[in-house]
Amino acid sequence: MSATLYERIGGEAAVNAAVELFYRKVLNDHRINRFFGNADMDKQIAKQKAFFTMAFGGPNNYTGQDMRNAHAGLVKMGLNEDHFNAVMEHLGATLVELKVPNDLIAEAAAIAESTRKDVLGK
Amino acid sequence: MPTLTVEKSNFICQPGESVLDTLLRENINIPFACKKGTCHSCMIQSKNDAPPNSAQVGLKATLANQNFFLACQCYPEQDMHLKLPDQSEFYRMGKVIVNKLLNRNTILLVIAFEDAFEFKAGQFVNLQRPDGLTRSYSIANIPQEFNTLEFHIRRLPGGKFSEWLHDEVKVGDLIAVSEPRGHCFYLPERHDQGILLVGTGTGLAPLAGILTDALRHGHNGPIHLFHGSREAEDLYRISEMHQLAEQYPNFEYTPCLSGSTVPKGFAAGRVNDIVAAKIPELKNWRVFLCGHPEMVNQMKFQAFLKGAAVADIYADAFVLAAQQAN
Repeated sequence: MSATLYERIGGEAAVNAAVELFYRKVLNDHRINRFFGNADMDKQIAKQKAFFTMAFGGPNNYTGQDMRNAHAGLVKMGLNEDHFNAVMEHLGATLVELKVPNDLIAEAAAIAESTRKDVLGK
Repeated sequence: MPTLTVEKSNFICQPGESVLDTLLRENINIPFACKKGTCHSCMIQSKNDAPPNSAQVGLKATLANQNFFLACQCYPEQDMHLKLPDQSEFYRMGKVIVNKLLNRNTILLVIAFEDAFEFKAGQFVNLQRPDGLTRSYSIANIPQEFNTLEFHIRRLPGGKFSEWLHDEVKVGDLIAVSEPRGHCFYLPERHDQGILLVGTGTGLAPLAGILTDALRHGHNGPIHLFHGSREAEDLYRISEMHQLAEQYPNFEYTPCLSGSTVPKGFAAGRVNDIVAAKIPELKNWRVFLCGHPEMVNQMKFQAFLKGAAVADIYADAFVLAAQQAN
């Protein structure tokens, strides 16, 4: 049996490394940081870990409906396609910085991309 | 809906209720304070099955194995048989040996024990009044041979516990003290690492303990302490901190005042703005934050954005007494 993307990419250790890099990029990006910076930082970090675990195809129980519910408040704040694209940019840049091979980055990006409609409430 | 059994009584746990909510609604006498899983005041034991894992986060393995759990964090999925622990299992009696004012609204309380009281500087304990009312306070000193614990306790308007300590507790009185808790403390490693300590009000207490501990261990990286409040009268230990700064060249102390009157020798502004202006980057620094929840949360983001790793940011936000009193 071939290893899952999550295993090939490095499991939880890779998630932890990615989250710090990614979250700093997001908080420094004036296009989108208002969607990420309000709540308790530990809770935000936990959410980013869940996001990366999902993007790496790791263990998670999200349904499309969960994604919709979780982001509904942000959609009301104006979350749109451009913001989603900015997050995808930072996801890619983070994985490049961590020297993740291109084919694995493409797989992770495809998983994240598959949530677009639910996240944006479309 | 799950049924909770305590001795011979049964209580129904309503949807969305924690075990603590149910017991309080039924007027069961159970100590509690923060309702956030931090203070561990409401720890109880399951006598049948293991409680949900989420109700055991942060407990020592030895307690978790015996099915102890935090009632405030437990949303039961099945019937539970509960044992409310005899509080003496977790509390020891200490004797008050000092109760004096540090400034116009903060006392220094020192409690002595007959036997060794093991803790790490920066941890907190719960103090309990004879009627069961419980509050968490940070320890302000480091472990030493006299077996004493020091606390800085600010009088909060309408705060039942702090008013009791300020107005009624006298030298010689006995007081119940829990085991030490919390993970906001100094580890004697990476001695050349920078340490940033930021506190407001009595948030100085654990930071003073951590500072003393780091200096005692010969920490030689830069150590910066920022202590903030509105007015100079609400700060304390100012001259002691200045003295330490003279004695240890790697230690720097900045008292900060956010009010309109700022005498010479104090930095003017909110403590996080002053830190932002004075400390350009925090890569590889260790950061300890204690005090007003909003300051703590903002400083966490700030420290992280200046390069501190999440694992190097230690924080103790005060659970406001208004929330505790509910």
